[in-house]
Amino acid sequence: MISFEVIQLEFRDLTKDELGRWIDLAFVRAEGPPGEWRFQEIDVARIRLILELRHTLEIEEQSLPVILSLVDQLYDMRRRIGRLNEALADLPPEVRTALVAKLVQ
Amino acid sequence: MADDPYKILGVSRDATAEQIRAAYRKLAKKHHPDLNPGNKAAEDLFKQVSSANELLSDPEKRARFDRGEIDASGAEKVQPRAYRQYADSGSGERYAYTGAGAGGFAGENFEDLFSNIFEQRGARSGPARGADARYVLEAAFLDAVNGATQRLTLPDGHVLDVKIPPGTNDGDVLRLRGRGQPGRNNGPAGDALIEIHVAPHAFFRREGQDVFMDLPVSLPEAVLGSRVNVPTPAGPVAMKLNPHVDTGTELRLRGRGVPAHGKQASGDLYVKLRVAIGPVDEKLEAFLKDWTQPGFNPRSQMEGEQK
Repeated sequence: MISFEVIQLEFRDLTKDELGRWIDLAFVRAEGPPGEWRFQEIDVARIRLILELRHTLEIEEQSLPVILSLVDQLYDMRRRIGRLNEALADLPPEVRTALVAKLVQ
Repeated sequence: MADDPYKILGVSRDATAEQIRAAYRKLAKKHHPDLNPGNKAAEDLFKQVSSANELLSDPEKRARFDRGEIDASGAEKVQPRAYRQYADSGSGERYAYTGAGAGGFAGENFEDLFSNIFEQRGARSGPARGADARYVLEAAFLDAVNGATQRLTLPDGHVLDVKIPPGTNDGDVLRLRGRGQPGRNNGPAGDALIEIHVAPHAFFRREGQDVFMDLPVSLPEAVLGSRVNVPTPAGPVAMKLNPHVDTGTELRLRGRGVPAHGKQASGDLYVKLRVAIGPVDEKLEAFLKDWTQPGFNPRSQMEGEQK
């Protein structure tokens, strides 16, 4: 688990207030009481993404729920397709060949 | 990466810092790899755009590049693992979509994503109705007017006898219950949906329940009157022609159009006469040389209207 202090080493312009607001809005998940959060690696990557959206791409905070909701749905779909791919990989070769032939029509 | 950073951002060499920032922001929004997962081209473009921006947004580096002291390439920064690399894997479940319609644990509910496959291939356990099958059937004009039974051979070799009801219109879709794809696990079969394409007829035209046709008549028939046989959709009928009819005279044969069906009353057949002179002999020529029609000008309607 990763503490806020460690995160701040990478994201120098991220304040505790801003991150706390993102956690309250469920943009970012964290374990532990406010201010003593513990993060997983994916949380850190997500904070990096949100910072890029906010600061680099200058997307307003009020637009973030829409964007993150779409991003989450996109990755849901990609994980499901990934699982489908794994399931398809176990099928007999002639079934996979037939499927590919259908898909590239 | 040795390409010209100005070209990559699409700005001129004397662009202001704000212009560079705006150009970068615009390109980064479009190509951000976490917003374009799985798109290698977008990822490469984003890298180029980012390093071009890194060079040009730093006044000192930009000045050195402009003076030719450094080139556009630089040591690639070690990139931390991006969000997409987590989100695409199982750990992405941590941010599974929780809005309306979210299907519990993501990944377990494939049915909405592949409903068509499951419906047609029988991969789900419960009984389910088979899919509808769509076909197109070409029907002759009179078969569509009067009704007929027509045989349709399916791609799989099966044969369907399709009952075309009287008064069928071009584009009507007939539904044969239970003649589509078989259901699975004792589910009912789907329906066959058959779209009827009505072929045009050599001399009948149809508007709703009414049928229209042109009927050629000879000169003596038109002048002296006669009984003539008229083809109708239901077969020929004898029709009395009064004397002194002309090309363009329209006669109505009541009830001789599309037959009554359902709640539709039968339509009428509209017959428009067209005088056909036919072969001309010396006798007719000789007669016409001595014959006049004082005051008659067949083009009187046209004169004065040639705008």
